[in-house]
Amino acid sequence: MKALIVGLIAAALAAPAAAQKKYDAGASDKEIKIGNTNPYSGPASAYGTIGKSIAAYFKMVNDQGGINGRRINFVTYDDGYSPPRTVEMARKLVEQDQVLLLFQTLGTPSNTAIHKYMNTMKVPQLHVATGATKWNDPKNFKWTMGWQPNYQTEGRIYARHILQTKPDAKIAVLYQNDDYGKDYLKGLEDGLGDKKSLIIARASYEVSDPTVDSQIVQLQASGANVFFNITTPKFAAQAIRKAYDIGWKPVHYLNNVSLSVGSVLTPAGLEKSVGLITAAYLKDNTDARWAKDPAMEQWRAFMKKYYPDGDMADSFNVYGYTVGTTLAQVLRQCGDDLTRENVMRQAASMKGFRVDTLLPGITISTGPEDYAPLEAVQLQRFNGKQWELFGDVMSSH
Amino acid sequence: MVTVTILLLVVACVLPFIVSNYRTFQLTLVLVYAIALLGLNILTGYNGQISLGHGAFYALGAYCAAILMDRFGVPYWATIPVAAAVCLVAGFLFGLPALRLEGLYLALATFALGVAMPQLLKYHLLEKWTGGVQGIVIVKPAAPFGLSLNPDQWLYFFTLAITLLMFILAWNLLRGRIGRALIAIRDQHIAAEAMGIHNALYKSLAFGVSAMYTGIAGALGAVAVQFVAPDSFNIFLSIVFLVGIVVGGLASISGALYGAFFIQFIPNIADEISKAAPWAIFGAFMIGFVYLMPTGVAGAVRLLTARRRAP
Amino acid sequence: MDALLHQILAGLATGGIYASLALALVMIYQATHLVNFAQGEMAMFTTYIAWSLINAGVPYWPAFFLTIGLAFVLGVVIERVVIRPVERAPVLAVVVVFIALLLILNSITGWIYSYTIKTFPSPFPSQPIFGRYLSPHEFGAILVTLVVLALLYAFFRFTPLGLAMRAAAQNPESSRLVGIRVGWMLALGWGLAAAVGAIAGMMVAPIVYLDPNMMGGVLLYAFAAALVGGIDNPMGAVIGGFLVGVLENVLGAFVIGNELKLSVALVIIIGVLLVKPSGFFGRVQVTRV
Repeated sequence: MKALIVGLIAAALAAPAAAQKKYDAGASDKEIKIGNTNPYSGPASAYGTIGKSIAAYFKMVNDQGGINGRRINFVTYDDGYSPPRTVEMARKLVEQDQVLLLFQTLGTPSNTAIHKYMNTMKVPQLHVATGATKWNDPKNFKWTMGWQPNYQTEGRIYARHILQTKPDAKIAVLYQNDDYGKDYLKGLEDGLGDKKSLIIARASYEVSDPTVDSQIVQLQASGANVFFNITTPKFAAQAIRKAYDIGWKPVHYLNNVSLSVGSVLTPAGLEKSVGLITAAYLKDNTDARWAKDPAMEQWRAFMKKYYPDGDMADSFNVYGYTVGTTLAQVLRQCGDDLTRENVMRQAASMKGFRVDTLLPGITISTGPEDYAPLEAVQLQRFNGKQWELFGDVMSSH
Repeated sequence: MVTVTILLLVVACVLPFIVSNYRTFQLTLVLVYAIALLGLNILTGYNGQISLGHGAFYALGAYCAAILMDRFGVPYWATIPVAAAVCLVAGFLFGLPALRLEGLYLALATFALGVAMPQLLKYHLLEKWTGGVQGIVIVKPAAPFGLSLNPDQWLYFFTLAITLLMFILAWNLLRGRIGRALIAIRDQHIAAEAMGIHNALYKSLAFGVSAMYTGIAGALGAVAVQFVAPDSFNIFLSIVFLVGIVVGGLASISGALYGAFFIQFIPNIADEISKAAPWAIFGAFMIGFVYLMPTGVAGAVRLLTARRRAP
Repeated sequence: MDALLHQILAGLATGGIYASLALALVMIYQATHLVNFAQGEMAMFTTYIAWSLINAGVPYWPAFFLTIGLAFVLGVVIERVVIRPVERAPVLAVVVVFIALLLILNSITGWIYSYTIKTFPSPFPSQPIFGRYLSPHEFGAILVTLVVLALLYAFFRFTPLGLAMRAAAQNPESSRLVGIRVGWMLALGWGLAAAVGAIAGMMVAPIVYLDPNMMGGVLLYAFAAALVGGIDNPMGAVIGGFLVGVLENVLGAFVIGNELKLSVALVIIIGVLLVKPSGFFGRVQVTRV
């Protein structure tokens, strides 16, 4: 009996200590300040809608009472996709605006530019918006973490599929001449291993090129029967349409960035997109499959109320909503311990976290050695009306 | 005039100790742009050769510094003279064929240079040196001799010293025979040739010196930002430089400083005003400045001080 | 051989894009002796206006001509409101105003219409004519460019108004003395250039898809094409455009690869200018001392 009383008293004394609030810069009883840079201008401005959808998401969170009673103050600056500006804006956010963490900073060069700085300053560079592979390095850069399945993994998955289904493949690749394009290409090459020579033609393009028609003509002329299409939405639509128009019918793998039915396949021509294969992890709003899906209904309501200017056909807006939900979960898990250290700890302890705008069967998991929240994708094929999933949910292993 | 300069200098030396590190970093960038704009002004303002491609020389200087520091372990201060030498030669070599081109055609040629530079930097054969699309990360130098300055402050003073040196050099160059020759070539190039000025030599030299200045700025900028990547040096940078010298004041040394403040801070202000269309606001600022001060801020300042002195 | 032919035809198609914008650049130059860096963005903006009209239910051809009219008005307004105040400023100051226009138009379009690509309809039938080499629209667009070129040529050569415009650009002082309203000639020039730009935009959009950055890359090639053909010669600009398109494609496919084709194409163009500083068909500039 005495032991029980002592035990209860001990517990009562211990409890307040456990519920003690701990804050780093940017966190308080009332608010959590989050910093972000996005290209709202310049050549990559199409991605700026991600920042806008995240801002809208946090507005909704605030309307619903915030996270553990604290409102989210989402501060975002334009970096025009220019690394020097990203450095400047990141320094402003950390040193002047005193944010708790940087979230979803966009672009591989932009994030590379601030990579060392963030880790020296010990500020979380969380859920960076790039598919490059280098963000999964907790040993050397414990303050930096990615979010989406990385490009090389996706390339490797396509390579595996090609080796399994088309051993006589002659592969042609169209890629954007920057880190995104080259990363995907590397994934494909690594996935093919010693069969790398199956790639018989490579053509690149610059974002400033008006069309990729010439490159498609080149690739067809090479005689390839498999085509890996590493292009952003505008160029993807051009490539899909041109390939069809010149009568080239390879096995056509389309990279995940451009899989939106509404913003890529419809402009290209739905009948011209039959047979396209891609790897997906998010639900596409323009896919009839999800017309009555409850999670997507929720997303549509969110867009209507909080981001009415946003394009409903743009999969970047589903991306923003989903990654916002992920951060909200991390912050919720932090409770009252809103130190930067704890933010990273919680970000690295997500076990099978599910957001329903992700495809069924795909969850978010991290660990102290595993800084890759999303690693799973599933292949899907376009049948002229919608994407049809096939095969199993695959991950990079 | 001298008192104003000395006052400015005192303020400049005191600032890093009263403002935050972040502001010091921004001011370092202002100084870097001032050197770059001074370079462009020598060519376009004083010598009348329009260049829409000076971003390429900035990139060249930046990559010189980055490659030397990262691949060869050269200390940061030694990269500046190398960048200067490389860009001097590159500018001179570009200036030679450019002699045949006037006005619009020179503009196109330099525009082409500015557009081509990122492609060249990404070229896979050069990737071993340039790091390709991934770029090169540089470490920021710490203050030497155990001075109690943090890296930002030290870099600021280092840049300030170089800026002073370059400005004094330019002032010396431009107020003497060479400056008069450049201006003569700009205004009446046939008469200048007739008077005995070796147009070809001066014009090519102007290109070389101008590229040298911008290259030094690029090297300093690379050390300040600690990162170089091909797409940071696209045609937009060249265009921003041109905007800088026009807004600051063509054919004016102080104009370079005004222009540098403009191109560094106005985009930030525009971003605060409008998240949705920041570059529209920046464009509006540009138009406003040009309407109110067609000869640039330096020109307006000159008018104001002249009027004050007149009676 | 087949591949080469295909690339050349594809090059003619993209060349048509460059040619049409180059035409607008030459128009502005002939009227004002200035190169308007905002020409591409003006073309893009007016194409979005056409898209809005078509989306609101207006049939294609009425929307087409209505847009041309609106573009004309836009050009005149821009000249009167934006350019007029800096007439007396140094040339580079005017260039900065052009650049500002470029930024403003691009930014505002992105804000209003977002950056998702939009399809723009083509008035031409979709039956393939040349087999798979050239789509009917690309062929039609080239035809339209040539028709516009012919109309412009006739306008400047054979009409009194065209003559007045050329005079106003070449020698404003003397033109005023003979009674030409130079101010309105400039505005007219801008209006016409904007209209030509709108046509260019509406022909280009079905090929490259409509988005705010549609004309960014085209402007450089159009600029190069206009200079190579002779900045004061509309026919030269069009030929220059086709030349540049074919050159770029052939270089990229067979000679230097895609990674450097932009640089090499530009080097070649500059090489041409070094040999023939006024372009192939331009009038040699004679400066009197």
